[in-house]
Amino acid sequence: MTKGIVRGIIANLVLVEVDGPISQNEICYIQLKDIKLMAEVIKILGKIAYTQVFESTRGLMPGNEVEFSGHMLEVKLGPGMLSKIYDGLQDDLNKMDGLFLKRGEYTDPLDENSIWNFTPLAKAGDVVTGGDWLGEVPESWIAHKIMLPFGMTENYSVVSVVPAGEYKITDTIAVVKDKEGKQHEINMIQTWPVKIPIRAYKEKPRPFKLLETGQRTIDTLNPIVEGGTGFIPGPFGCGKTVLQHGISKYGDADMIIFAACGERANEVVEIFVEFPKLDDPRTGRKLMERTIIICNTSNMPVAAREASVYTAMTIAEYYRTMGLKVLLLADSTSRWAQALREMSNRMEELPGPDAFPMDLPAIISNFYARAGYVYLNNGSTGSITFIGTVSPAGGNLKEPVVEATRKAARCFWSLEQRRANSKRYPAVDPIDSYSKYLEYDEVKEYLNSTIAPNWTDLVSYAKDVLLRGRETNEQINILGDDGVPLSYHVTFMKSELLDRIILQQNFFDKVDAATPLNRQHYMLEKVINICMMDFQFESFEEVKPFFTSLIYDMVQMNYAEFNSEEFKQVEADLEKILAERRVK
Amino acid sequence: MATRAFQKVYTKLNQVTKATCSVTATGVGYDELATVGGRLAQVVKIINDSVTLQIFEGTEGIGTDAEVVFFGYPPTLKVSDQLAGRFFDAYGNPIDGGPDIEGEEVEIGGPSVNPVRRQQPSELIATGLAGIDLNNTVVTGQKIPLWADPDQPYNFVMSLIALRAKADKIILGGMGLSNDDYLFFKQAFENAGIIDKIISFVNTTENPPVERLLVPYMVLTAAEYFAVEKNEKVMVLLTDMTLYCDALSIVSNRMDQIPSKDSMPGSLYSDLAKIYEKAVQFPEGGSITILAVTTLSGGDRTHAIPDNTGYITEGQLFLMRDTNISKVIVDPIGSLSRLKQNVQGKKTRADHVDVMNAAIRLFTDAGNAKTKLENGFDLSDYDERVLKFSHDYSLRLLAIDVNISIDEMLDTCWELFQKYFSKQEIGIKETVMDKYWK
Repeated sequence: MTKGIVRGIIANLVLVEVDGPISQNEICYIQLKDIKLMAEVIKILGKIAYTQVFESTRGLMPGNEVEFSGHMLEVKLGPGMLSKIYDGLQDDLNKMDGLFLKRGEYTDPLDENSIWNFTPLAKAGDVVTGGDWLGEVPESWIAHKIMLPFGMTENYSVVSVVPAGEYKITDTIAVVKDKEGKQHEINMIQTWPVKIPIRAYKEKPRPFKLLETGQRTIDTLNPIVEGGTGFIPGPFGCGKTVLQHGISKYGDADMIIFAACGERANEVVEIFVEFPKLDDPRTGRKLMERTIIICNTSNMPVAAREASVYTAMTIAEYYRTMGLKVLLLADSTSRWAQALREMSNRMEELPGPDAFPMDLPAIISNFYARAGYVYLNNGSTGSITFIGTVSPAGGNLKEPVVEATRKAARCFWSLEQRRANSKRYPAVDPIDSYSKYLEYDEVKEYLNSTIAPNWTDLVSYAKDVLLRGRETNEQINILGDDGVPLSYHVTFMKSELLDRIILQQNFFDKVDAATPLNRQHYMLEKVINICMMDFQFESFEEVKPFFTSLIYDMVQMNYAEFNSEEFKQVEADLEKILAERRVK
Repeated sequence: MATRAFQKVYTKLNQVTKATCSVTATGVGYDELATVGGRLAQVVKIINDSVTLQIFEGTEGIGTDAEVVFFGYPPTLKVSDQLAGRFFDAYGNPIDGGPDIEGEEVEIGGPSVNPVRRQQPSELIATGLAGIDLNNTVVTGQKIPLWADPDQPYNFVMSLIALRAKADKIILGGMGLSNDDYLFFKQAFENAGIIDKIISFVNTTENPPVERLLVPYMVLTAAEYFAVEKNEKVMVLLTDMTLYCDALSIVSNRMDQIPSKDSMPGSLYSDLAKIYEKAVQFPEGGSITILAVTTLSGGDRTHAIPDNTGYITEGQLFLMRDTNISKVIVDPIGSLSRLKQNVQGKKTRADHVDVMNAAIRLFTDAGNAKTKLENGFDLSDYDERVLKFSHDYSLRLLAIDVNISIDEMLDTCWELFQKYFSKQEIGIKETVMDKYWK
């Protein structure tokens, strides 16, 4: 192995003089008294390696010894990752002692002594390649597939697979042989470098299946699909994290990977306090049982923050190759971009816009491209749906991270300060936001065949109502209440009705927090019907009170269990109010 | 911080800038302390045997032959119960004429709390201010800044909160504090008769700005001692974080770093997070709550300092002058406490959340009505009523001179709702309405 000597230290950038070959992104360990600090090579200049250290470099001196590992930053993959809380380098945080994190302490992401109930899926004589399933073990409620390591991309023939029974992850569960006849023993563990995508699938088609999030402003107006990508930019205080937590709780996925990247520690605490208590409506199990948290909070070392999103994505790819529907959430990708900026600055690279590195758009695009819906070699499907938040500086949507992400992600849910100020949550701007998936014919067809034949028409009508409402509101503000025709008030209040009943959702109400699709359809149809009705008013002053009472009633409907007595009661009231002013 | 035996001494500086100098030296560790010509300095960059030091007091008058003495350890603070009731400078040296502190020497800027060892903050801190207790309830273990223009009485409000908050220790970190404000705090604490609960680390405008960089870490090291070792509830006051950031930008500028937005260093977010994330609720009952001041320029919250702060802290409290009542209020629209849902309606009355939201919505409507009025339009009957409501709401609840309990705040809201509005206009759930609408 190559060795080196520390020559320079600038915060967490450490210059190392090496005595042999090293490679870009190789991991090395810097000896500091009795501990070793993990670092990654990010630039090589002659005999000097520029490394970013994943820890504080306090006390480090020129002359300290460095050992290179010969591999890039890797994750260790195998059964037992569900419900774990990892740091950005996949250390199991629960295995660390003490209140405070210790420098140089690295813990095993898997539990090597755990016992798993193995069932073979392959048999002797089968021809397999990297990512093919050899067997499975039940992990929580997921059938965790034991796969031929992804790095073994040639064809291998299975020599033997152990019979069903209980095994440790380190036990050999299969033996395969390559075309030279060399035998390889396979256990339940494999490693993979996080910066390299796992490509053990046959093809990646255009995604088409809706992924339900339970959030009306997303599912109804600007839906995301299984294997799709989306991002949520918004100034602070607009509810990015609340919205993302909502998606993570109610998103219709087999499992959730949550990368808390450079954000507040108390928000992560919220997840691991609440998720073990909350039921997953689909399986009846606890939400934590389908969740993996990668936690690199804002006060943890900056370089590990950059690694954390890759660690999360690689774990997602591992589970996707088992044929699972994975939802990956990252909060926030801006912090990751800032980590890149800090390093770029220390290396004295020429800066791009706002001092971000020039290749930021490329890095972001490559990362988003790792999501997707795939057909595996055995014909099953799997998906990674990726939703990232962006925290634009000063709330400015023209800043580099938003611009770069806009080019990569297909759904854009823009959080608006004004909506947040008037407590219209989720504060997703219904007009600026978009979902490119609504342009896909296959998505439209899927929506109309699974929700209702006229669904996409309803949605596009709803968007028109909102846009017309905004336009008339501007006119009313310019010309005054009595300076515009009465119909302007009606048009505006119709959009307010749609806004309040469909777009706004009370995340803290038990019923309203998540709305299933059939209910979303029922309510949208109801609201659109009202929007299409003609009403009789004597003066504009009658318009607002009338719609206020409609809104009041329909909010009660949103809070009531679907089709319950209460729900039907309020609905009957609503019909009465409508009848008062409706023009037949 | 006294020098120790067997320290290497260097006397040849290669480079001197306004805040840094470099010297050829070996065996020096990163972040280590040193003195340069008797002034305290810290290692910020090492390339081979060239060591760059940041001199806290500035480099005025430093000669190329200045004596450089390395300490072999990073900045430390001696912690013990003796800290209580004392005033220190940015280096942790007493400035109140009292004796030196005896205790364990701890490195400042220590490691982060393991996130899985944190407890969810859920203990309410009552302040008597409706802008906080009613609309933006603050809890122990939270970090929240007061955002104010320089003309707002932010230090006064901060002292109010600190004194009413019933903390075991209040630790003040003054950064670029004017001498007058320093004396104000000192007197406020003395008058309240709680001087033995107070610890202060102060860098005033008379001291060099770069020294400020040590203050938050001194404060938080002391806070961690009391919160971890003694399981105490510690309230940390940091004023003014904008001046702290200014010091950061001075140093980064002297080190030829490429500035990002608003001439601030690209690492501003991480630098601030390192401080604010020290706010924590420990499982054993100790906690660190951080209340900071960020002064704004003309209310501009998009400037890099408030902007980065907003992304780190758990909300912000906006001070503004309400011209209708000629008083300073905590702005209900711009302010936010992200942890309020941990206690509202759980540790407080069940109608809390609904009442708060309804009142804020009406206050927002009043803002719209005001705009209409300014544009010369007629006001509707509803507009007239929300304007009256917002006047009463500001005067009887939001003004910072009001000091009442949360139940009284809620009752006042209900009283105002019924005075000006119908049930439909309030729009609160029927079940809650039945109980409180009389």
